[in-house]
Amino acid sequence: MTARLDRYTTYVVLAGFSLLAIYPMLSILFLAFHKKSDLVTGFSLPTTLSLQTFVDAWNEGGFAQGMWGSFLVATTVTAVSAVMSLFTGYAFGTMRFRGSGLLFNLIVVGLIFPYEATVIPLYYDFLNYHPAGINLAGSYWALILPQIGQSVTLGTFWMRAFFLTTPKALVEAGRIDGAGSFRILRSILLPQARPAMLTLCLLVFIYTWNEFLLALVLLAGSDNTTAPLGLSFFAGVSRAGDPTKVAAASVLVALPILIVYLFLQRHFIRGVLAGAIKE
Amino acid sequence: MTAERARDIPGRAAVARRKTGRAPGEPRNVAYLYILPGLAAYLIFTFFPLLQTVRLSFYDWDGLTPKKWIGFDNYRELWNTPEIQAAFQHSVELILFYAVFSIVLGLALTALLTRFRVRGFLFFRTVLFMPQTIATVVVAQAFVWIYAPVGPLNEFLRHIGLDSVAKTWLGDFTWALPAVGLIGTWITFGLCVVLFLAGAQRIPTELYEAARVDGAGFLREFFAVTLPGLRNELVVASTLTTITALRNFDIIYNTTAGGPGGETEVPSWLMFHNAFDLSRVGFAASIAVVLTIIITAVALAIGSLSRRTA
Repeated sequence: MTARLDRYTTYVVLAGFSLLAIYPMLSILFLAFHKKSDLVTGFSLPTTLSLQTFVDAWNEGGFAQGMWGSFLVATTVTAVSAVMSLFTGYAFGTMRFRGSGLLFNLIVVGLIFPYEATVIPLYYDFLNYHPAGINLAGSYWALILPQIGQSVTLGTFWMRAFFLTTPKALVEAGRIDGAGSFRILRSILLPQARPAMLTLCLLVFIYTWNEFLLALVLLAGSDNTTAPLGLSFFAGVSRAGDPTKVAAASVLVALPILIVYLFLQRHFIRGVLAGAIKE
Repeated sequence: MTAERARDIPGRAAVARRKTGRAPGEPRNVAYLYILPGLAAYLIFTFFPLLQTVRLSFYDWDGLTPKKWIGFDNYRELWNTPEIQAAFQHSVELILFYAVFSIVLGLALTALLTRFRVRGFLFFRTVLFMPQTIATVVVAQAFVWIYAPVGPLNEFLRHIGLDSVAKTWLGDFTWALPAVGLIGTWITFGLCVVLFLAGAQRIPTELYEAARVDGAGFLREFFAVTLPGLRNELVVASTLTTITALRNFDIIYNTTAGGPGGETEVPSWLMFHNAFDLSRVGFAASIAVVLTIIITAVALAIGSLSRRTA
């Protein structure tokens, strides 16, 4: 009897915490299904399922541009840093070479220090240096390149750990068969590395999509924007006027990542946990 | 991850390798070619800017006119400015919400959940972890609404007859910082729970059975079995949440922008504000350097503390 009561209590507590975890998102979702004229106060369930507020927010906040920008930046950063990390992880995990310890530690430094400390010089470097006459200030490249640099630190760490677990005999068999190092990577190791690569891509994509400070500083004064940056501006301009539209915009910005998360949550949680333990 | 791999951390990579008996592979010069693109991207766009920040911190610079070398003057000013000291103090208070609250709550929930097999575990894990995936800008908007004058929190208080308690939370001199802190608790709580639950699953069930045979109650069982078994996870959780608390920029910028009256100013926000609003670039760089030193020191300190007690 007491045991059953015990179970009940546990489920109630668990449900309570879960409700707290989704409540903030739920509250803006419900708010977004209202119109300004509804004068919503507190937690009120929507009476109609009109998407009009979402449409208005999308148009007024220029979210087509922001979503496109975030998509462009996140996919480029993810693809490029994944390939770079595959290579660095392969070298650090399976090869012996002079200075490997030093070089690896140098990269690990990038995992520890806060990237906030790089944002001031990055802004002025893109503003003042135009190598080969190319001015990247305010362009999406100004956002992509630094985030590739950051993601490579996590990626190197991650892929090296993976390659350390691959059996050495596989590589040796490949070499005996006369395969070069690239052939071994592509034909023998890459098929096995797919799950590790997928998790890495997922982490980098979500982190990059959600990034705010770099976008705020490096896209300043240009027409380019990202979804979080656009939301921040939109909220600053229209919050006092119409909270329902800000809520709708927030839901729109969160939606792509939420969908990705719901489909691939196992990979994502495993990635964060494993990455965290290793750090 | 296995203990072996968890031990395989920087600086001790060589040791770990020897322990696992793994030869570090064939000597290959082609390795440099594989490392080149990634290393170059990292050095140019992340590591080099960090060094530039250090250099900038020794200059007086408005971002336009020529820089003027002033030695340690920025650091002296930083040390003597009450506003800066207050910002660092706010950061320490935020650690209470981001790290301490989340970890204590996470441990409590873990203790409840380790007593029997919970049905729907994967569902609950997915829900509890969700705050980790949502953009901080979105989180900020959700909580600005929750804390709004006619938002859910105040309406709830009025509903249960606590009209006098209702207030503009984010605009209140006393309550703005705790209100922002609770947003942090909401963000980091799920991470702590999921970390601890994963760790608790690795604790051998024989230990729990032995404790029960010895007649240990709920609390005894928790302190004798669960807590010691989660040592690694506690280290990770406290490092990650403390660093999140110290870095905290997005939430402050999108909720209070440091207000009211500087009550929620934090170092990363002051860095941004000085560099891009006040054109005090050198001074902003010195804030960034001090913040970097503190965060690195915290990461290393928690790490070495855990090794010593190992």
